[in-house]
Amino acid sequence: MTANGWFQIGLYLFVIALVTKPMGAFMTRVFNRDKTFLDPILRPIEQLVYRLTGVDERREMRWTEYAIAMLLFSGVSMALLYIIERTQRWLPFNPQKFANVEPALAFGTAASFTTNTNWQAYSGESTMSYLTQMAGLAYHNFASAAVGIVLAIVVIRGIARKETDKLGNFWVDTTRCLLWVLLPVCVLGSLVLVSQGVVQNLKPYTTVELIQPYAAQVAGADGKSSAQTVTQQVIAQGPVASQEVIKEFGTNGGGFFNANSAHPFENPTPFSNFFEMVLIFAIPSGLTYTLGRMTGSQRHGWAVWAAMAFLFLAGVTTAYWAEAKGNPLLAGTDQHAGASQSGGNMEGKEVRLGIANSALFTTVTTDASCGAVNSMHDSYTPLGGMVPLVNIMLGEVVFGGVGAGLYGIFVFVVLAVFIAGLMVGRTPEYLGKKIESYDVKMAMLAVLILTFTILTFSAISVVKPYGTSSISNPGPHGLSQILYAYVSSTGNNGSAFGGLIPNTMWYNTTTAVAQLLGRFFMIIPVLAIAGSLAKKKTVPKSAGTFPVTGGLFAGLLVSTIVIVGALTFFPALSLGPILEHLLMNAGKAF
Amino acid sequence: MDPVAQIGQIRKKSLADSAILSRAVVDSFRKLKPRAMVKNPVMFVVEVGAVLTTIQLGWNVFRHAGQFGFGLQITLWLWFTVLFANFAEAMAEGRGKAQADTLRKARAETQAHRLRSDGHTECVPSSKLRSGDIVVVTAGDFIPGDGEVIEGVASVDESAITGESAPVIRESGGDRSAVTGGTRVLSDEIKVCITSNPGETFLDRMIKLVEGASRQKTPNEIALNILLAGLTIIFLLAVVTLQPFAIYSGAPQNIFVLASLLVCLIPTTIGGLLSAIGIAGMDRLIQRNVIAMSGRAVEASGDVDVLLLDKTGTITLGNRAATQFFPAPGVEEAYLADAAQLSSLADETPEGRSIVVLAKERYHLRGRDLSTHAANFIPFSAQTRMSGVDLDGREIRKGALEAISRLTSNRGNGIPSELRVCVREISNAGGTPLLVAESGRVLGAIALTDIVKGGMKERFDHLRAMGIRTMMITGDNALTAAAIARQAGVDDFLAEATPEDKMALIKREQAKGKLVAMTGDGTNDAPALAQADVGVAMNTGTQAAKEAGNMVDLDSNPTKLIEIVEIGKQLLITRGALTTFSVANDVAKYFAIIPAMFAGAFPVLSVLNVMHLRTPESAILSAVIFNALIIIALIPLALRGVRYRPAGAAALLQRNLLIYGVGGIIAPFIGIKFIDVLLTYLRVV
Repeated sequence: MTANGWFQIGLYLFVIALVTKPMGAFMTRVFNRDKTFLDPILRPIEQLVYRLTGVDERREMRWTEYAIAMLLFSGVSMALLYIIERTQRWLPFNPQKFANVEPALAFGTAASFTTNTNWQAYSGESTMSYLTQMAGLAYHNFASAAVGIVLAIVVIRGIARKETDKLGNFWVDTTRCLLWVLLPVCVLGSLVLVSQGVVQNLKPYTTVELIQPYAAQVAGADGKSSAQTVTQQVIAQGPVASQEVIKEFGTNGGGFFNANSAHPFENPTPFSNFFEMVLIFAIPSGLTYTLGRMTGSQRHGWAVWAAMAFLFLAGVTTAYWAEAKGNPLLAGTDQHAGASQSGGNMEGKEVRLGIANSALFTTVTTDASCGAVNSMHDSYTPLGGMVPLVNIMLGEVVFGGVGAGLYGIFVFVVLAVFIAGLMVGRTPEYLGKKIESYDVKMAMLAVLILTFTILTFSAISVVKPYGTSSISNPGPHGLSQILYAYVSSTGNNGSAFGGLIPNTMWYNTTTAVAQLLGRFFMIIPVLAIAGSLAKKKTVPKSAGTFPVTGGLFAGLLVSTIVIVGALTFFPALSLGPILEHLLMNAGKAF
Repeated sequence: MDPVAQIGQIRKKSLADSAILSRAVVDSFRKLKPRAMVKNPVMFVVEVGAVLTTIQLGWNVFRHAGQFGFGLQITLWLWFTVLFANFAEAMAEGRGKAQADTLRKARAETQAHRLRSDGHTECVPSSKLRSGDIVVVTAGDFIPGDGEVIEGVASVDESAITGESAPVIRESGGDRSAVTGGTRVLSDEIKVCITSNPGETFLDRMIKLVEGASRQKTPNEIALNILLAGLTIIFLLAVVTLQPFAIYSGAPQNIFVLASLLVCLIPTTIGGLLSAIGIAGMDRLIQRNVIAMSGRAVEASGDVDVLLLDKTGTITLGNRAATQFFPAPGVEEAYLADAAQLSSLADETPEGRSIVVLAKERYHLRGRDLSTHAANFIPFSAQTRMSGVDLDGREIRKGALEAISRLTSNRGNGIPSELRVCVREISNAGGTPLLVAESGRVLGAIALTDIVKGGMKERFDHLRAMGIRTMMITGDNALTAAAIARQAGVDDFLAEATPEDKMALIKREQAKGKLVAMTGDGTNDAPALAQADVGVAMNTGTQAAKEAGNMVDLDSNPTKLIEIVEIGKQLLITRGALTTFSVANDVAKYFAIIPAMFAGAFPVLSVLNVMHLRTPESAILSAVIFNALIIIALIPLALRGVRYRPAGAAALLQRNLLIYGVGGIIAPFIGIKFIDVLLTYLRVV
């Protein structure tokens, strides 16, 4: 570990703390339909949209209606993506003449992008046409992000409002989210990325002559390998910058290219790397401020932020430490950081990014259910690789996906308040709202669905040949690969551990099911709680009220997340990464 | 033994009473019935686990497979875990059951003298009485059923219900007309109109309540049960799916180990003690002579935000007392005191007596025997609004300002302006001024003031720290009320309050989302008692009041509302503390069991054995034993309740999180290690 590495990590958290308030305050104004400086430009567009679609912007919905609108919207746009994928050959903007996407993969990808997971069982540059990328995938990057954000807003309204069953209008919230929050930042952000060298074009791929041809063994059609000299390289092109910015800002994570943010066209410079990481946390972090602002308890918002920041720091510290320490099995190799090398475990990492920025990016992307990667998680040391795994297992609540992180941590807040709230001698209440059996039932349901999906699919996969045949390393590392696949799908993260071959019938189907369960069976109970809270009276605050502010509450929240969220997975982890780590120290690798 | 004496004894019985204890032991086996167990999902899962290990054990014996000793011990301890939880519940019910038995004796069949329409009485068994019947009860008889006195006045021994041996007066009309079946008339004769049918009497309800037969889970208990069931399912998933992971890793586990892990992880501590905590909370109320008609009311009392307290009898002593003499200009204070005392000698009201006492204290004026004098006492009348004495030609009168000024102005005298100022000051300070005049000349004023009960200010301070607002209800005018409110330290007051005002106040507070508690005894209190979230009716009150409230205080002590709130809070805190403790325990148990499960296949995993437990078997057994014993160890805490000290929520949370959260993480590490050392020493495994 180096001072420079720590400085960059510290600087990152500092910048996130800095953008939290402006982001949060702005989103509060947008969703409260207050005036913003963008209104002169955007308000006419908004009104035009409502006039064309026949939406009555003053009409608010109950939680059930909101849920149905959300499901309808997601379902229709999922179908749309599927159709685009299946017909891309006949559609424009396909200079590489890519064929239509296979049905299973098309379905899996549609599910994956609709659920903000962006699990990719394909390589973008060899599968998807520019139209599919732009109108299909990038569209979903916006749409699924907006859905996540508005649901978080609904949860906040549920807490803040009283004695009403109206929680807002899904169409209005989504439109405002897209127009005011996502589009302006993405327009500016893509220009920033272009300035760093991210490409943005609709050109066919470029073929270049290699400066230094090299000999390669190529397997022929008959199975025999023959020596060939490679003299040319195809360089993929495309409208990358416009998709890159929403990939991070909407915590989607689906790369334009297979190499994702390790690809120089997606993430060319140290600054672009830093900028992309800031984009990932900007909305999730800002939403904690919105929570505080809308519920009238700014200190509560910051307490939630502090709990998230603590878990983030714990993760990044572990990952950075584990990766910088290097591989103990390479005893004769100098793995120290120095002027000429990053040191540590550099397998699967970009040399231009180094250990600190890889460990940081990995923590950020898995904390935030983003899933963009700039290094290969599969190549991390066992403990370093456990960090992304645990981050997602926590329920994607460490800042979390846009919106999803906030409504995810809301479930834990409800549980923490319920478990410990009694200890102040009152029945549990959260910001003036009594937490009753219905709310607890729904919160437990959300936690149960996640646990059930991850553990059941993983357990079947590890004992059935159609599961184990996809793993590339035996022993505990193989267990980690399978766990990661379902954890990442259910948590709607979408990052791949790598190593696992996911493009099989079993994994394509089950990961898609896991993504849909993890997304919608989380959202529906959470919406139900929001609906139930909104109907309740607000108990005025007094000296006897359970404090949801300050370090004590943040500590309680962290403990609840760790004990309820993560301890469930402790047995599985102890047979996976923990065992692998101990065996590695004992001299055995997989 | 006399049932009355017995009740008193049971109330004081300690937890370790052998009769209760032995009954609880028997009950804990009786409660093993799956139909009873399934109401408690956590313990039901433990029971299923115990059944599974028992079957496996039998199978192993049959097949002569190994691991008999270990399997047997695990199986036994799993059964113990279930039994201990049942025992906790049985213990909590124990005292109530004993109390119910005694109450049943009081309910025993008595003969009633029912009044026939022809005016004669007939002898019928009390069980034949119906609502609307009229019975005659004479001295020495038991009152055959709940009812209202419609004629006569009698002293009644209510100790069977209240445990208080001093008799109380019951009379027709007014707010002291309600009588309870099973109590005994000591003197005189009354006619009682029966108001309840057999099986629905107050005594019947009380028996059901103390016995826990009609106990329903309270809302918070239901919610907590859902949480515990949810956690149980999560851990069930974790354990069930662990087997495939273990098979994949080449280290499959047997049923004893898996059942042990499951039982240790699910929240058995709180699952086993939850219903005991609830029952014990009700029981603590009963020990303080409060009968809660529902557990919901006990829970609500912990949540109360506003306490409505009647001024008289709750905040102040029942009556006003003379505290000072204010002579008019040119009058000696001693002379005023003497005149005041003389005028009050025949005045039997508490105020009148307090004047005599004050004069005696200040000027050593003794009460005089006036029979030798030609004394003519003038009693208070509504017309003159004065009382006094005509003695040896002196005409001494005392009364309110208006009455006395009318008197003096008739004689051509006025009230000195100094005295008028003085009178206003007494009023402003919350007192009642009483003027004394002699033969048409004003002598001065006496200040009658409310005496705030000792220690009330501190209690209100405590309540404020707990976030509870106190509100004084009084019929006094705003000025007087404000002064007493200030003196007593209540947060707010409602002056010149009518029952309608009180009702409106409760509704207003409730509309703000607040929970309101109040006490009352009169029929006109009934609507407000019903509206309040916690309505405590005085046992001396009317039947209507008792029906309307959700608690009855047998001591009829309005101050008890504060204790009720504290008991409610204590109940909730105990629940929360043990839930937190139970969940926090899991950390240590993972570190005991997981390395033990896999250390055989992967010796490197013994790094996780941070407690350095001797062998895998002793590690697992220690965790299971700790898990069972902690239930027993915490029974006293569950029954007694977590010690509660009034403080703000932040301070309480900090303290309890430290003890039960952090303590809950640390305690099992120590406990399991200790049991492991002991097991190794005893060579059990």
